[in-house]
Amino acid sequence: MTADPKTVLTGPHFMDGNHAACEGAIAAGANFAAGYPITPSTEIVERFAMRAPLVGATFLQMEDELASSIAILGAAWGGAKAFTVTSGPGFSLMMEHIGYAAMTETPSVFVNVQRGGPSTGLPTLPAQGDMMQARWGSHGDYEIIALSPSSPQECFDLMVDAFNFAEQYRNPVIVLMDESVGHMTEKVVIPAASQIELFPHRYTRRAAADYLPFQPWPDGIPEFARAGDGYRFHVTGLTHNEHGYPAINAPQQQELVGRLVGKIRNHAEAIARAEECRLEDAQIVLVAYGITSRVALRAMQMAREERIPAGLLRPIVVWPFPEKRIRELAARARAFIVVEMNYGQMVREVERAAAGRCKTILMPHAGGAVHRPEAILDIIREAAQ
Amino acid sequence: MARHEIRIAGFGGQGVILAGMVLGRAATIYEGRHVTLTQSFGPEARGSAASVDLIVASEPVLYPYLTEPDILVAMSQEAYTRFVAALKPQGLLLYEQDLVSCEPARCDLRALGVPATRLAEELGRKLVLNMVLVGFLTGVTGLVSAEAVQKSIADSVPKGTESLNTSAFHRGLDYAAALQPAAISK
Repeated sequence: MTADPKTVLTGPHFMDGNHAACEGAIAAGANFAAGYPITPSTEIVERFAMRAPLVGATFLQMEDELASSIAILGAAWGGAKAFTVTSGPGFSLMMEHIGYAAMTETPSVFVNVQRGGPSTGLPTLPAQGDMMQARWGSHGDYEIIALSPSSPQECFDLMVDAFNFAEQYRNPVIVLMDESVGHMTEKVVIPAASQIELFPHRYTRRAAADYLPFQPWPDGIPEFARAGDGYRFHVTGLTHNEHGYPAINAPQQQELVGRLVGKIRNHAEAIARAEECRLEDAQIVLVAYGITSRVALRAMQMAREERIPAGLLRPIVVWPFPEKRIRELAARARAFIVVEMNYGQMVREVERAAAGRCKTILMPHAGGAVHRPEAILDIIREAAQ
Repeated sequence: MARHEIRIAGFGGQGVILAGMVLGRAATIYEGRHVTLTQSFGPEARGSAASVDLIVASEPVLYPYLTEPDILVAMSQEAYTRFVAALKPQGLLLYEQDLVSCEPARCDLRALGVPATRLAEELGRKLVLNMVLVGFLTGVTGLVSAEAVQKSIADSVPKGTESLNTSAFHRGLDYAAALQPAAISK
């Protein structure tokens, strides 16, 4: 199925990443958002609140981020495509409900426009310090899908993908923007609705008597039912059986958690997406995502002008991490340089996948500003010596 | 690789951001160039100060912030004082001449003044001084074509104000055209 032409603002626009993310959500069919305003993410829901009556959607401003993040899960069980938007401290408050979404297999999208932390940190300035929190922030074992846009155009594109992944895998999906990408204005081309592919809801067509809400299909993912359609279901964060009822025992825990983890891990290759630049002969491989990938690309160009064989791997899907590609590159590269606006998060994944086959160098930044390409170039030169 | 860095700065209510949006939209939507616009969202931008930064380039913009502005449009004294030092050597300074006195002066700059507020008042609305300045910048630099800016104005300003804003834009263009060529090329 494709997007609804009545809601899609087809054409070229000059807009910032936050507004583009909102339009991406609307194009993806989002008809419910709940949020509690927080800089630098507010423009997304501000625009959604303005557009909602025009596209038949609902926006709820909630009392806090806990309420926002649970409201979207209720909305999803009521048949909506739903998302919430936050940053920094708000993201910390949402962790409980990201886990609940994973446990209850509720399709949902959480947008985090990253700002400097910890705590209230730098409300108006960028960072990429929530990469590991996005993966591991809620308790217990679960898998997450997370996407990292590097431009306003990608804010649009990846919001559509986020909703598609959420529906396809019945999982929470996190869009990890950063303040720079959210607040920069560039050309954004919104395609015709007929060009925007949407993954349909996995609503069951079985007779109500035959429906088991958590009985997985061969791909490991159960069919969904919507409240009010006549299906009986029970939703709980407790370990549950195929009926959705609590089953507090080790075998059921093994079956359920094994399936929740497996449904993402077993499809990691299908979910993976990365942009590669000059990797064919690269000895020095830069790894960077979001806004940082753009300054890293500039540094790579400068290195190439000096005949240093540098290349760039830009994970677009950051979780699951593209570890297979890192392993392949580690077998022939001299060094990875991980450029990130934090004190070393995704570098751990690169190091783990490289497993000592080549050197891994971290180029950290505490946030508040992006790396200077010249500073990255210095590290490239050193690594190439 | 041509990369032009422009900063427009003034105080809240002068339409600083809209001026940047009009120029950026003209360059990217109507001329197909690569444009990145950023605004200062920090606490230093609170109160009366407002500024917008534009990069207009022939290639994709990778580093999204200004490094050394080629052009500064100063619409207030504070904007001049705060930003003139960052302008690159031999850079272009355009200023609202009734609101800005270029002191202390940098003698390496090309500095051109325009009474944008007064010209806007002559059109009946002081509010459109930003479009006078956009016209002045367009006329002096040729950075973006007048046709592209006109289309961009029509997309960017509130409905019903298109002709007033376009008149203001032309007032700025005309003011630039009337300057001695020597003053412009220096």
